[in-house]
Amino acid sequence: MASSNAAVLPVTRAKSTHPVGDIVARWVVLAFAATIVLITAVLVYELWIGSAAARQRMGWSFLFSSQWDPVALKFGALPFVYGTVVTSILALVISVPLGVGAAIFLSELAPAGISSALTFLVELLAAIPSVIFGLLAIFTLVPLMRSYGEPFLKKTLGFLPFFQGPAFGVGFLTAGIILAIMTFPFIISVSREALLAVPRDQREAALALGATKWEMTWQVVVPYARLGIFGSIFLALARALGETMAVTMVIGNDPSIHASLLAPGYSIAAVIANEFTEATGDVYPAALVELGLVLFCLTIVINGLARLMILATTSKGSKRA
Amino acid sequence: MAPKSVRSQPALDREPPAPLVPEPVSTVKTKLKASHLNFYYGSFQALHDISLEMHTNHITALIGPSGCGKSTFLRTLNRINETIRHSRVEGTVLLDDVDVRTVDITNLRRRVGMVFQRPNPFPKSISENVAYGLKINGLVSRGELRDRVEQSLRRAALWDEVKDKLNESAYALSGGQQQRLCIARALAVDPEVLLLDEPCSALDPIATAKIEELLFGLKDQCTMVIVTHNMQQAARVADYTGFFLMGKLIEFDNTDTIFKNPSKKETEDYITGRFG
Amino acid sequence: MRLHWRRTVNYVMLGLTAVCTAVTISTLFVILGYLLYFGGKSLDWSFFTKLPLPPGEAGGGMANAIAGSLEILAIAGLIGIPIGFLAGVYLSEFEDKSFAPVVRYTADLLNGVPSIIVGILAWTLVVVPMRRFSALAGAIALSVMLIPIVSRQTEQFLREVPMALREAALALGASKWKTVATVVVPAGSKGVLTGMILGMARIAGETAPLLFTALSNQFWPSGVTQPTATLPYMIFTHAVSPFDDWHRQAWAAGLVLIAAVLTANILARLVLARGISVPRG
Repeated sequence: MASSNAAVLPVTRAKSTHPVGDIVARWVVLAFAATIVLITAVLVYELWIGSAAARQRMGWSFLFSSQWDPVALKFGALPFVYGTVVTSILALVISVPLGVGAAIFLSELAPAGISSALTFLVELLAAIPSVIFGLLAIFTLVPLMRSYGEPFLKKTLGFLPFFQGPAFGVGFLTAGIILAIMTFPFIISVSREALLAVPRDQREAALALGATKWEMTWQVVVPYARLGIFGSIFLALARALGETMAVTMVIGNDPSIHASLLAPGYSIAAVIANEFTEATGDVYPAALVELGLVLFCLTIVINGLARLMILATTSKGSKRA
Repeated sequence: MAPKSVRSQPALDREPPAPLVPEPVSTVKTKLKASHLNFYYGSFQALHDISLEMHTNHITALIGPSGCGKSTFLRTLNRINETIRHSRVEGTVLLDDVDVRTVDITNLRRRVGMVFQRPNPFPKSISENVAYGLKINGLVSRGELRDRVEQSLRRAALWDEVKDKLNESAYALSGGQQQRLCIARALAVDPEVLLLDEPCSALDPIATAKIEELLFGLKDQCTMVIVTHNMQQAARVADYTGFFLMGKLIEFDNTDTIFKNPSKKETEDYITGRFG
Repeated sequence: MRLHWRRTVNYVMLGLTAVCTAVTISTLFVILGYLLYFGGKSLDWSFFTKLPLPPGEAGGGMANAIAGSLEILAIAGLIGIPIGFLAGVYLSEFEDKSFAPVVRYTADLLNGVPSIIVGILAWTLVVVPMRRFSALAGAIALSVMLIPIVSRQTEQFLREVPMALREAALALGASKWKTVATVVVPAGSKGVLTGMILGMARIAGETAPLLFTALSNQFWPSGVTQPTATLPYMIFTHAVSPFDDWHRQAWAAGLVLIAAVLTANILARLVLARGISVPRG
């Protein structure tokens, strides 16, 4: 009875004993996956080619010049790099303490249900589009800063060069503040995960020695999770560097370098956003693309570092287990 | 397109199996034959030179302590080990005298079915689970599908318990019922061989007894190879038994001989519980 | 004595962390509050039905921007979702040891690229050869952002489908692609779908990639190859303008946009939480 089937067995060569459908399917999904690699390659290529006219004209001095004169065809990246870096660092100065503090609260103090609910709300913050942050900033934050915030700072800290000059409302400080708000979710969410991953026995060891909850947290838990926390900071930094709309709307659009945080400035993303459609000729657009290339490289490096750190925490956690 | 099974009949017309006449040994046919099988997980050799014949319409049991390679051996028979990375097979497995590596792999697996240690029904309804193999292999028309599902569930002794809830999720069943569902699912495609990898290890004694009864009743339609931890189970259901130890086949013979009169010392030690 | 000091520090610091939490979460409510108030005040039926009028003239709406956004999102979804999904299937089910890490790395890279740079890419690839701004260019820019999001989520949720289900299907004679299509993907469908919804919600609010691709248009969307108005873009231009009337429109538009985006986000998480296709354990 069974042997009657032997005659109808499709005997094929060993290599092709897998159905044709599988081979086709593999090539199809591979092709689609390859498009991702292709898109990235094209992106890098176009950034390189598109900036050629500017690179040829100005060479390395592009990175160090602070002149931005489209009419005279003199372009320099420095004011924009300065603005990008200053606003981002300012954002971190504000959001890291607040964010890590909130992460500590959510991981150590809040009961599990509330912690998840509040974390969910924080993550909703990450879903808010950049242009809406800008909208809020223009109509609420800027007047606030102009009328109250900046005069206050001038009165109290005006001896520092950071808080001198007229109070426009727009400028580095305002941009930094709105960026800080936008980076909260990254810091809080990732740091909280890192803190939650600290093994129970570490905490218990500290408590058993008579440490207060705060001492346990600050001296044991946070250092153990520091790699993940740093990772979250770098993640937030990468986001802040590339942030366009909110910054464009409140930074003041002044391509010059000022020491004072109250002064208007410019960021790489903001100048591209504002001037790209009006850039005429060959060199002008190329200069903007070159700025894009600079920004691209910056974010890649920072993102790469962030991912390494976060990866290290997860493997460290599992090794110690 | 896979050939339609010669055994497909409407469920209720199925005749009871003809009573078995004991066959002289020389006419017992070999369904599956493994020759000098070696298997490697990476650099670790899990099977050493296994040669074994499994006879048509009989139940062959594979026993041995944990990690001795019996499950690994079972999984080479339907080539499902190939989903594991860095694995390598040497030697041959013949199904009806044809090397399984020369056969279309999906066809092989339709003919050689498998029931796993833990029940693994799909997140679909009960009838969709049973029908899955049939639909995938394009074996029956829509009209016949319902009948075949019922027939398979009857063969797995599950029909009465689920006939009113065919559209409910398979996960609503108990563990024992899920495993019988998996058996029904495997039987639906009319396999010539059924491989069972410790099918009752996750089940309670009553469910185990039901499944053993079921397997016994399937013998004349199907060749079975069952891996089991449970020596009493092997003694109860199997015609032939093979004893594995550390990747080697120590002894293989009629079940009676193995349990009453083993020729190797290691077999005797295992049977009498001196280790394992 | 020292213990007393330590205890005080303990309460103070822990209290401070609660303050931090309150401050950060309150920003969400402040934002939503302002949008509801100012947006609600300015929102009326004509917002959804009328075209924009020149500044100074009351009335008018952003109906064309809503239509334009929907059009561009639809195209971006049509391009980005299949590519992202199939790439995710590759990474989870068909991965090659050597090529898959490259795909993952570039997908992460693309995910982290500032959106304005994606705009530059679409500009060089679509706007320049076509010599015009177009909805298509905007859609392509958005799809480039969508692909890595969908791909990562798809891979993640397909990986979580237990191996036992795949083996069950293979053991019944299903080919690999049939196993993936009829067992793995349905089992992971809730998570995969969530990823698609979240991805679409993310690109719905993006402005920067549209600045020099789709640009804007005062009239109804007239074709894929024409510049097209979008809601985020309108918010931008209206907010930075000097006209009060336009400011009110910007608030209204902001409310509509945030409502859409947050609804999609909450919906996605409900889909994920409500049904897990495969029971654990």
